[in-house]
Amino acid sequence: MIKRLLATLDDRTGLLTWARGVLEHPVPPRTGWWYVFGSATFLAFLLQVVTGIALATAYVPSAGDAYASLQFITDQALMGRFLRGLHYFGASAMVVLIGVHVARVYLMGAFKYPRELNWLSGAFLLLLTLALAFTGQLLRWDQTAVWLVIVAAAQAGRTPIIGQDVARFILAGDTVGGATLSRFFAFHVFFIPALVFLLVGLHLMLVLRHGISERPTVGDPVDKATYRARYDALLKREGVPFWPDAAWRDVVFGAAVVAVVALLAIVVGPPALGRQPDPSILQAYPRPDWYFLWYFAVLALTPTHLETIVIVLGPLIFGAILLFVPFFNTGERSVSRRPWAAILVLLIVSVIGVFWYAGERAPWSPDFAAKPLPAAIVRDTTPEVVRGAQLFYDKGCEFCHKIGGQGGPRGPDLTLVATRMSPLEMVGRITNGGPNMPAFTSTLTPEEIQAIVAFLATRK
Amino acid sequence: MDAVAPDNSPPALLKRRRFLSRISIFLSTAAAAVVGVPVVGFLFSPLTRKPAARWRPVGAVDGFKIGETVAVKFDDAAALPWSGVSARTAAWLRRDDETTFTAFAVNCTHLGCPVQWFADPKLFLCPCHGGVYNADGTVAGGPPPRPLPRYEVRVEAGQVEILTSQIPLG
Repeated sequence: MIKRLLATLDDRTGLLTWARGVLEHPVPPRTGWWYVFGSATFLAFLLQVVTGIALATAYVPSAGDAYASLQFITDQALMGRFLRGLHYFGASAMVVLIGVHVARVYLMGAFKYPRELNWLSGAFLLLLTLALAFTGQLLRWDQTAVWLVIVAAAQAGRTPIIGQDVARFILAGDTVGGATLSRFFAFHVFFIPALVFLLVGLHLMLVLRHGISERPTVGDPVDKATYRARYDALLKREGVPFWPDAAWRDVVFGAAVVAVVALLAIVVGPPALGRQPDPSILQAYPRPDWYFLWYFAVLALTPTHLETIVIVLGPLIFGAILLFVPFFNTGERSVSRRPWAAILVLLIVSVIGVFWYAGERAPWSPDFAAKPLPAAIVRDTTPEVVRGAQLFYDKGCEFCHKIGGQGGPRGPDLTLVATRMSPLEMVGRITNGGPNMPAFTSTLTPEEIQAIVAFLATRK
Repeated sequence: MDAVAPDNSPPALLKRRRFLSRISIFLSTAAAAVVGVPVVGFLFSPLTRKPAARWRPVGAVDGFKIGETVAVKFDDAAALPWSGVSARTAAWLRRDDETTFTAFAVNCTHLGCPVQWFADPKLFLCPCHGGVYNADGTVAGGPPPRPLPRYEVRVEAGQVEILTSQIPLG
């Protein structure tokens, strides 16, 4: 009965035959666990679509109301907190997985002939994933989101000639406000996901057309004249059906991804809402979510005169690298014969890692919450030294300088400053400033400087 | 489905087919343009609008002490009815003497983050990447490429007013 129903359905639609063809198409043997990241990325995307649709049923994409609707979703809606957590960690998973997938494909030379367009469609998917990640953080419309839109617009504004226009396009006007959030919402939930679906369709179509790449063999270069025939022969000789011989790994890994995302959503929970999205509250500490924190650090640590070049050319160079990879489409695939490929990946990963670590510590940020130094750290009780320690706090020195573990990390630690500077040098530095240090000649009286130096002279 | 072999068709039919495909492509393009022009124009409309500029009162003259720098809050120039608190903005206002005021933008010239004024060291500090400005807005340290921008200020009928416009960026 059911069998006949299915047979009729297949006769009228052809869907079952098509699906069987897709599922059982032969793939190279021994693909192994390295081949699971693409499907896992797609799974993470689907997770985002499903949780995103659920969230969109309650989220209000209005600059004035979004914050309250987020509070409602997080604190009152049934499983709203869990859903937000799923959506956040699903996004994180998608960013990580697409990164690993790109690295895997690159290192195994799977982008080579005839799969160059698989790579290019994937490269666009990577960019779209980053765009989704960024616009998604902004929909969490709190104080940080508002300032990050401004930071993004300010970066775009650095572009020569068209910068101001790009910035206005991002803000949807001249200020952050009513139009900004609606626009980011439309891009995040309609425009970019629609493009992702289109490109994933193309990407999968190409995967079916050219087949999953076989594992690279050392000393077996890709030759356009022979590759296709040899691949077909390999499939004929040793090919296995995708389902279930290879697909079971995708399923196991995908299930593990969902489990980890769900676990994090429950245990860690979604990122907390910051203060109201009110740009007139100036006590702010804007930080992007983890996946862009490293770039935030790049912006802090780039020398001023190179900055515009880095901001404008950096993303262009990144795009160009992605675009040019498939031009090296023949020759050895194995990474042991492509040492530069390994070095490039290692370089990118370590650069991101180092900057990410720096962004996490943010040693360039003054510590506005620094507290006055306690007597235990001041030690000396001479009135002038005590007054100097108080001035050290009052005049903002402590925002940037640590003493005895207290204070900001921006400038040099002054716990032992008297061992490396004479009082006269200290007076000079405070009066005239230095690299990245303001001159205090107009804000401190000579006797205030004397008191501060008297205090600093005891630091040894 | 078997492909039609057009080469065997009589020339008159071939001509007709060419005509039909051309008119179809033309009509599709025209229809797409009718829909596409307003969509693209709508998306890019922020680029064609001239930046609004509005005088916003920020308080009575007597409410400000000479020599003091304080944050003043007001609605930005492009506030929309549904903007809520996101239309709020601020400036650092200093009363220089009886009649003159200076208003600094709160946006760091590095990447637009909000700078904070600290009265004792007389510095503006930025929390994002550690930019530092002197009391007159000139750069004292960190990555900012330019001094803090200023807004025009005027006194009207005992009220201090700031000319607010677009966010000063880049």
